[in-house]
Amino acid sequence: MLEKTGVPTPEDLAKVYPSKERLDRGAVAILECFQLIPCDSCCGACKRGAIKEFKDINDLPEIDFDICNGCGLCISECPGLAIFVVDQTYSEKEALVKIPYEFLPLPEKGEAVDALSRQGERVSEAKVVDIRKFKGKANVIGIAVSKELSLDVRNIRLRRE
Amino acid sequence: MYIVEHPILTFERKRRVKFLFDGREMWGYEGEPILAALHANGVRVLRRSIKLNRPRGFYCAIGNCSSCFMVVDGEPNVRTCVEKLEEGMVVETQKGKRDLSTAKTRPLQPSGEKIREAEIAVIGGGPAGMSAAISAAQMGAKVTLLDRNPRLRGQLVKQTHMFFGSKEQHAAVRGIDIANILANRLDKDKTDIMLDAVVLGYYREDGILSVKQNGKFIKIKPERVIVATGAQEKVLIFPNNDLPGIYGAGAVQALMNEHGVVPGRNVLMVGAGNVGLIVSYQLMQAGINVKAIIEAACRITGYWVHASKVRRLGIPIYTSCTVKEAHGRESLERVTVWKVDENWQPMTGTEMDLEVDVMCLAVGLSPLNELLWQAGCEMKYIPELGGYTTLRNEDMETTVKGIYVAGDVAGVEEATTAMVEGSLAGLCAAKSLGYVGRFGGLRDEAINQLKILRSGPISQGVRRGLEQIIIG
Repeated sequence: MLEKTGVPTPEDLAKVYPSKERLDRGAVAILECFQLIPCDSCCGACKRGAIKEFKDINDLPEIDFDICNGCGLCISECPGLAIFVVDQTYSEKEALVKIPYEFLPLPEKGEAVDALSRQGERVSEAKVVDIRKFKGKANVIGIAVSKELSLDVRNIRLRRE
Repeated sequence: MYIVEHPILTFERKRRVKFLFDGREMWGYEGEPILAALHANGVRVLRRSIKLNRPRGFYCAIGNCSSCFMVVDGEPNVRTCVEKLEEGMVVETQKGKRDLSTAKTRPLQPSGEKIREAEIAVIGGGPAGMSAAISAAQMGAKVTLLDRNPRLRGQLVKQTHMFFGSKEQHAAVRGIDIANILANRLDKDKTDIMLDAVVLGYYREDGILSVKQNGKFIKIKPERVIVATGAQEKVLIFPNNDLPGIYGAGAVQALMNEHGVVPGRNVLMVGAGNVGLIVSYQLMQAGINVKAIIEAACRITGYWVHASKVRRLGIPIYTSCTVKEAHGRESLERVTVWKVDENWQPMTGTEMDLEVDVMCLAVGLSPLNELLWQAGCEMKYIPELGGYTTLRNEDMETTVKGIYVAGDVAGVEEATTAMVEGSLAGLCAAKSLGYVGRFGGLRDEAINQLKILRSGPISQGVRRGLEQIIIG
């Protein structure tokens, strides 16, 4: 259970995932936010209005997956670092996963890194394909991983010593 | 060891200076707390306990407790967590009781000036106090803002994470950046900022604040007082809990995020509330390994998003788990933890050992309420708000007319609500002096913001606590 482990269960995640059809159409944001806490910053971050206005700041965020184009601006603005973007159309075998990253050193474009699960365990290798820096916010790293792992990979670990 | 590279922070250091610790030559940076320089040099034992000669290190690192007392240039009982390092200082481990009558002390000198008049004195320049000073000045009042530190901003200076909330409360902006936004909003013409100014007492008979600043004793007679003194970290009871290396989580945050010093190699975090979760994440950002987070409750009490953040880094969280015992000769080497059952009773046979040199206690905060007691405010023990809290009305005025409160001293919550409470207290104190401004609209807005921020399920305890102290 999330409240004991800090790791969302498959049931928790099923509530926030887009449909398979939507995932197959291209980049889309996934808001892994499961608790009623007073925060609505994601709504203001979305320039397309895909993240709906909050009636009550304590509500869970709601996103219209048809309006979202997976730009990833909301990733850097979420204080909970709970937003990720998945693009299943990145290449034939790989998906692009965008994650918030607040560590040093930043990886280089093209660098091979370990892809980690929500438990921080290595699940595969990933290649860094994109690095976007945001002043005062979280940086966003784009990584390519095999398509079937795109919903499991949520962090990276650099291999450099 | 100092932190060299940090993903969020840059550390501005002055020149390197030499000092003496128990006769050994050491180097530190001028102006950093003596404690930071010592810790960077690997010194963790700062004094010996009076009766049993036990080693003691720091605990709060922000000037609240007496754990870091040392002898500095012959003067005993110096709080090395706030006293700044100077070239050539002679620092000694404090052993036993020191005789103050023969010690080289610096007695407080009367300032020689008349009693200073002030309209509104705000005590504490953290998020609540700065917000109070801003809004009172906006209404037209003159403010004297006092802080015992050499700088304003309170504990925001170590909050490297982005805040929650809404735009009005600077959501998605880091605490360190919010600190600067607030400091820049202070009205320089209407606000007299007194730094290094310790408020020693409030004398209700004649309404005088006694203040120590730069070795001088100053008296201030304000028409209104806003107490925004914040809170201090609680401790946990277990064998050897006084070993150096067992620190408040906020203390470790100050050491690494404010002073840029590495607190240790391997850390055990006790408490999975927001402070425990956030500081664990920040330790990892500073390159320090967090071995585990333990929590005595059966669930994570902080925000789940913070918990998910640390889990993705590979840090395990053990709920229903507490400290049995700490081990170490001169400082912490190992901790034994054990599980607790649903009645919070420890279970023999569930012990687990963790080799750590630092244990952070993130087990809650309690209001720094001494001035409120002294002023005669009616106090009530409210566990949900961290301890003894003053009764007050919706406008933040206590049972003593003219004394207002804001922030953690009015009940421990988040910095977000502290800022709104500060604004509200500033507005209402100014209004009571006859300043009208846009009072009506701003007051209602602040009260409404507080209501919304506290309306969710996560604030249930806070609401229960506030119901008992807000008087009509």
